[in-house]
Amino acid sequence: MKSSVIIFPGSNCDRDMDVALKKFGFKNQMVWHNDKEIPKSDLIVLPGGFSYGDYLRCGSIAAKSKIIKSVINFAKSGGLVLGICNGFQILTETGLLPGILQQNKYLNFICKNVFVKINNNENKYFKNIKKNILELHIAHNEGNYFCSDDELKLIEDNDQIAVTYCNKDGLENNDINPNGAIKNIAGIFNKQKNILGMMPHPERMIDKYLSGEDGSIFFENLFGNLK
Amino acid sequence: MKIKVIVTLKNGVLDPQGKAIQQTLNGMNFSNIKEVRQGKFFEINVNEKDQIKAKSQVEEICKKLLANLVIEDYKIL
Repeated sequence: MKSSVIIFPGSNCDRDMDVALKKFGFKNQMVWHNDKEIPKSDLIVLPGGFSYGDYLRCGSIAAKSKIIKSVINFAKSGGLVLGICNGFQILTETGLLPGILQQNKYLNFICKNVFVKINNNENKYFKNIKKNILELHIAHNEGNYFCSDDELKLIEDNDQIAVTYCNKDGLENNDINPNGAIKNIAGIFNKQKNILGMMPHPERMIDKYLSGEDGSIFFENLFGNLK
Repeated sequence: MKIKVIVTLKNGVLDPQGKAIQQTLNGMNFSNIKEVRQGKFFEINVNEKDQIKAKSQVEEICKKLLANLVIEDYKIL
């Protein structure tokens, strides 16, 4: 299985993602934002960070970068595209995913572990996953997912909500919502479920001594589903 | 030709920065400030003499990059 991680100026989770993908079996390659072509891949990852300094709006400049046309073509032909954190913001700015990530409701940069519940297993990312609630790390200033009421209805009707913030028992409510995201949304799919954007960082949870292993569960499962 | 653009959050979209500014102003005894909405201002120098052409180009720029129409409106001044 081949994966590609796109590096934008200001990406800072690209190398963690590279380590994570390789640890769980992917042959990963790094792709620079100024390239036009992406090498043959089974999965493209847009990593976290602050692409182009988060200027204008988070992800907005990356969404117009040279490489992004190839990402869009790959996604539209059914290829798997995973956007984590800033990668999720980029996916919404390209229009591949609906809605937008706004500034956190209480204006604070949030950096902590959270629990998220997997809402939909009928896709390559979460099919057969052995845990339904994962403990992952978030670190963001703009993670407050927002979309119009009409868009939200479409998202719900098409089962596009991927993961939601919850407590360790799976309870979702306002107290657990870290950033004000509507419906506690931490990640969403496109309609076809080949594109996943989420704020939590599974690549930070792949070492049982340093962090936790719920990220390992995610990558192991994803690799297994693609084999 | 210089064209000026203002990008603002749509009505009803949460503006936490505006809210923080408003609360600060209230704390500074500007007690009659009921709401602040923060936006962005752009001054774009277009190498084009025809004003209609320049404005229509800036309009395209607003839609494609300067504003995210999910949450923002733009106004060409």
